[in-house]
Amino acid sequence: MRQRGPHHLLSMADLDRDGIEQLLNLTESFAEVGERPIPKVPALRGKTVAWLFYEDSTRTRLSFETAAKRLSADTMNFSVSSSSVNKGESLRDTIETISAMGIDGIVVRHSAAGVPQQVTQWTEASVINAGDGWHQHPTQCLLDLFTARTHFGDLEGRRITIVGDIRHSRVARSNALGFATMGAKVTLVAPPSLLPSSLEGWPVAVCHNLDEALEDTDICYLLRMQLERQKQAVVPSLREFHNEYGLTVARADRLRSDALIMHPGPMNRGVEIAGEVAERPQAVIGEQVANGVSVRMAVLFLLLGSGLDVVDNNRIAA
Amino acid sequence: MAERERRLTTPNPGVSFQARTRVMSADDVSRAVRRMAHEILERNHGADQVMVVGMQTGGVALAQAIAEAIENIEGTGVPVGTLDATMHRDDFGLRPVVPEAVTDIPVDPSGRVVVIVDDVLFTGRTVRAAMDAIHSYGRPQAIQLAVMVDRGHRELPIRPDYVGKNLPTRIDEIVDVNDEGVDLGEMA
Repeated sequence: MRQRGPHHLLSMADLDRDGIEQLLNLTESFAEVGERPIPKVPALRGKTVAWLFYEDSTRTRLSFETAAKRLSADTMNFSVSSSSVNKGESLRDTIETISAMGIDGIVVRHSAAGVPQQVTQWTEASVINAGDGWHQHPTQCLLDLFTARTHFGDLEGRRITIVGDIRHSRVARSNALGFATMGAKVTLVAPPSLLPSSLEGWPVAVCHNLDEALEDTDICYLLRMQLERQKQAVVPSLREFHNEYGLTVARADRLRSDALIMHPGPMNRGVEIAGEVAERPQAVIGEQVANGVSVRMAVLFLLLGSGLDVVDNNRIAA
Repeated sequence: MAERERRLTTPNPGVSFQARTRVMSADDVSRAVRRMAHEILERNHGADQVMVVGMQTGGVALAQAIAEAIENIEGTGVPVGTLDATMHRDDFGLRPVVPEAVTDIPVDPSGRVVVIVDDVLFTGRTVRAAMDAIHSYGRPQAIQLAVMVDRGHRELPIRPDYVGKNLPTRIDEIVDVNDEGVDLGEMA
């Protein structure tokens, strides 16, 4: 057997343009698997994947779970609330304990940035970042890229406008990097209080006027207002935020007819997106969720089964 | 999957396929296609329940050619699909494995005779994977196998139903089916 160290997906910086292309092509194959009468392939038979979710999640966790099962991997569930973490077990001890049982992959979500990176030091398994603090959420970005690609084909020169709570958003950080890597033009729109303190190194333009930014955009990407991460009021009121920075009915009417409305979920209807707008055919939010399973199958297969070296964890020190 | 392509997916710098002998001309191949189409119709008493599935990537053009030949003979078309059985292979971990193309099975194979088409039959492992893959789409009434070249060296109890040419080979030789015919050679 070929010897190869474990590969990890910690950040969109681990993938170059070719790597992303290859992953999205692979996703097409797995999307087809999902449409079969029996949507299951034996590709990861005998592999075990553990979920380590230190933060709440519905769609990401279920999506990973579905993806792993469709690949015939065994899954090990770890619920923080009913585990030894409550007895004071440290993260390191938890990881080493789980690793000792013999696992091939660990999917980690944690409220602190950098935890997945840290976890790689304590295990021989492949680590996949399912969201760490404000830092990165690479599989969300990949499913967004895949959704956009199915509608537009090549993303070179396409315009994506990312709107809302960018400061607290790992999705914004992953997507700014991912879409820019694919050649798209990324514009961020947010009030100054919801932008990161420094945008140095971000491959983006910034605009404070949403109407201006949406004029010629291909994708209007709305972020969830992360009220749980905000220690102090960063906007005067949610209604005012909606009027200034939300996708209102009037703004949605002015979008180009082939433009897409995307949202990583869960939505705050009436805050970042008007309830009615989320139901329009341009809003591909349900499609994003469906593509999430195919993308995560591709990621799990690539890291645990394919034997390919697509991910380069030392490409950019991010 | 075309044997040549499979070996080439493990990049070996400076090594490429060198043809030594042409074992079938393009005319030989198209005559074999017509004969196999006749045999398929004879065996299944017509084209009614027949469905042709080409293995990615070497069997796809061949499957198309066989389906056209069947249509020329019978006057009715048969469904043509393509299959990438990579996800059902048994050699994960032994070499890099990645699907080449998206599978397309256009109709429910349940109750039909599915004819798997590939360019070269070698160990039989691709065909084993293909049979597994087809069963995740339905339960065919029968699965049959058509190959342009049977080069021997089977590692599984698999036997083709329709053969373009039986070609005894050494295990280290390479059979390449291309637009100009069939070549025998080696990697050098």
